[in-house]
Amino acid sequence: MTMTLTEKVLARAAGRSVLEPGENIWVNVDLLMTHDVCGPGTIGVFKREFGADAKVWDSEKIVLIPDHYIFTADERANRNVDILRDFAHEQGIKYFYDIVDRSNFKANPDYKGVCHVALAQEGHTRPGEVLFGTDSHTCNAGAFGQFATGIGNTDAGFIMGTGKLLIKVPATMRFVLDGEMPPYLLAKDLILQIIGDITVAGATYRTMEFAGEAVERMTMEERMVLCNMVIEAGGKNGVIAPDETTFEYVRARTDKPFESFYTDPDAKFYADRRYDVSQLEPVVAKPHSPDNRALARECRDVKIDRVYIGSCTGGKTTDFYHAAQLMKGHTVKVPTYIVPATQKVYEDLFTLKYDGQTLSEIFLAAGCIEPAAPSCAACLGGPKDTFGRMNTAEVCVSTTNRNFPGRMGEKTAQIYLASPYTASASALTGYVTDPREFLA
Amino acid sequence: MSKVIRGTIFVVDDNIDTDQIIPAEYLTLVPSKPDEYEKLGSYALIGLPDRYGKFIASGDTKTCYPIIVAGENFGCGSSREHAPIALGASGVQAVIAQSYARIFFRNSASTGELYPWESVDRLCDEFQTGQEVTIDFERNCLINHTLEKEYPLKPLGEVGPVIDAGGLFDYARLTGMIPQKA
Repeated sequence: MTMTLTEKVLARAAGRSVLEPGENIWVNVDLLMTHDVCGPGTIGVFKREFGADAKVWDSEKIVLIPDHYIFTADERANRNVDILRDFAHEQGIKYFYDIVDRSNFKANPDYKGVCHVALAQEGHTRPGEVLFGTDSHTCNAGAFGQFATGIGNTDAGFIMGTGKLLIKVPATMRFVLDGEMPPYLLAKDLILQIIGDITVAGATYRTMEFAGEAVERMTMEERMVLCNMVIEAGGKNGVIAPDETTFEYVRARTDKPFESFYTDPDAKFYADRRYDVSQLEPVVAKPHSPDNRALARECRDVKIDRVYIGSCTGGKTTDFYHAAQLMKGHTVKVPTYIVPATQKVYEDLFTLKYDGQTLSEIFLAAGCIEPAAPSCAACLGGPKDTFGRMNTAEVCVSTTNRNFPGRMGEKTAQIYLASPYTASASALTGYVTDPREFLA
Repeated sequence: MSKVIRGTIFVVDDNIDTDQIIPAEYLTLVPSKPDEYEKLGSYALIGLPDRYGKFIASGDTKTCYPIIVAGENFGCGSSREHAPIALGASGVQAVIAQSYARIFFRNSASTGELYPWESVDRLCDEFQTGQEVTIDFERNCLINHTLEKEYPLKPLGEVGPVIDAGGLFDYARLTGMIPQKA
C-alpha cells in the first residue's frame, strides 16, 4: 500500500505500519510547544485535570517560548510570562526561553522571540517528528518534513499529562511548483497565489504538500513561508520532503537523530495541482481575507499609510535581506516598521551585509523606523501599546499572514498581505506597488 | 431523552475568524481562571464589523442570543481556545454553521463549551438576528419559529457525547479511557 509523507510520519508516531486518511489514531508526541498566550491556560488545564502536584510526561519534550505580548505595560500579559517561568522551574522544563529584563531584550540571552522561527533556529524542528503547538502557525515546521499542527489549550493540557493525542489522519493535497522562479517572486507570492485559487477553506482537514523544482531550490526560510500559511487555507498541516538543504540546516543546530519519510511515487492524493512559477506575477491579498487575491500591479492606485515587515511569516533574516535589496538607495514614503522575528534575526540585521552595507544601515538610510525588539508585535494586534499596532482606520501593506477585520488591531484598518519585495516597493511609493518597478 | 435547545439567534456570514470572535488584545485573559473565563465571555464577538449589531448589549456581560447561525468556515484563523470559550462563557449553547474551521470545531468539542452543528443548507442569508429557533437533537433538525419552517442538520456524530459529557477530559473519564480524578 502506498502512503504520503504525512501518512508515514503519523504511522510511525502511532506504531503502525500502514494507515489511511480518515482513520482516528493515537499518536505519540515528539514535541509540544506553547507560548505566553496559551501556555498559562494549558498549564491551568493540566493542573485541573492531572492534579496540582502532577508532573509533565517529559520535561525535555516541552518547549516554552514567550513571544506574543512581551514589550507591554499590560500587567496581565506580564503575569502570563511569570506563570510560564514558575511552571518551567517547578517542572524542570529544559527548553524555556525566558525574558526577565523587558527594558532591554538584549540583556536576556535566553530570550528568542517568535516561537515558530525560534523552534527552527534552536534545532527543535526535525524530519519525521510529530510536533503540536498551541498556535495555528505551528504548521510552519512542516517545511522540515515533519507533521506539525496547531491545537487548543485542552488538547495541549492532555498532551502535557500523557504525551499522546487522538487525531484524524488528513488526506494530502499536493502542489507541484515547477519552473524557474523569476527574480521578483518570493515564496509568499506562491502561497498567496495558491490560497487565492483554493480559498481560505480550500484545504480544511487536509495536508498541503509542496513539491517541484521551485521548492527544491528554495532555502529553508522560504520553504517555511509556504508551510506557515497553509492554515490560511484551512489546512491541518503543510509539508515538504526533506533533502540536503533540510539536513544541512537541521544538523547545524541539533545532534538529535531523526528519520526522513517521503511520499511514494504512486501515492494517492485528495487533489494534485501544478503550477509553472515562471508564469506567475507578484500578488497581494486585499482586505479582509487571505484569499482575496489581486495582482500587485492592479492595486497601484491604493494609497497606503504604513508598511510592516515582520512576524513568523515575513520577519526572518531572508525576508529582511529581500527587503533591504529592494530598498537600498531609496527613501520610504510611509512609516515602515521593521520587526525581526527573533533575537538571532535582529543580530543578523546588524551583521549581514548587502552590497557593502548592513541590512540595518540600509533600512535606516531609507528612513525606516529603527528595528524593534523581536516578538509577534502587531501581527495580531495585541495590547494597545503593542509596537506597530494599528490603532486607527489606516491602510497597511504587511508581510504577515492574516488580514481579517481587526487582525492588526483596529477592525476598520485595511491590511494588504504581500511579499517582502512588494511590501518594500510599496513603502517606497506610498501605494501598493509591484516590485518590478524597482527590480531591474 | 429528547434534547432541544430553544432560543433567539444571532446571524453572521462566512469566514468569521477567531480575531472577530475574540480579538487578540483580550488573549491575556487565561480561560482556566474562573473570573477571567467570565471576562472573556463579556468580549465575545466584539471584533465583528459594526453592521452586525451588538452581540452583547452595552453594560451586559452575557448575550441574549444562545444560538449563532453562520455561513461557511466559522472560526477560521488562530488555534486560540479562547474563541469557543468566549462564546460559551457569554451564554452561547450552539452554533449552526454551513462549515467550520478544523481547530475551532475541535476546540468546541474538547472544551465542551458549545455544540458545533452543521446545517445542510445555507441559512445565514435566509435567517435574521432575533428570530426564534429550536434545535432538535433527536431529529437532527432546526425549527425556525418565526419563519415556521424546518431545516435539516447534519448529525453531530461522535462529538455529541463528548460535549454532552462536558468536554474531552470528562468524556475520557466517563468512558474509562483515563482514570477518575482522585
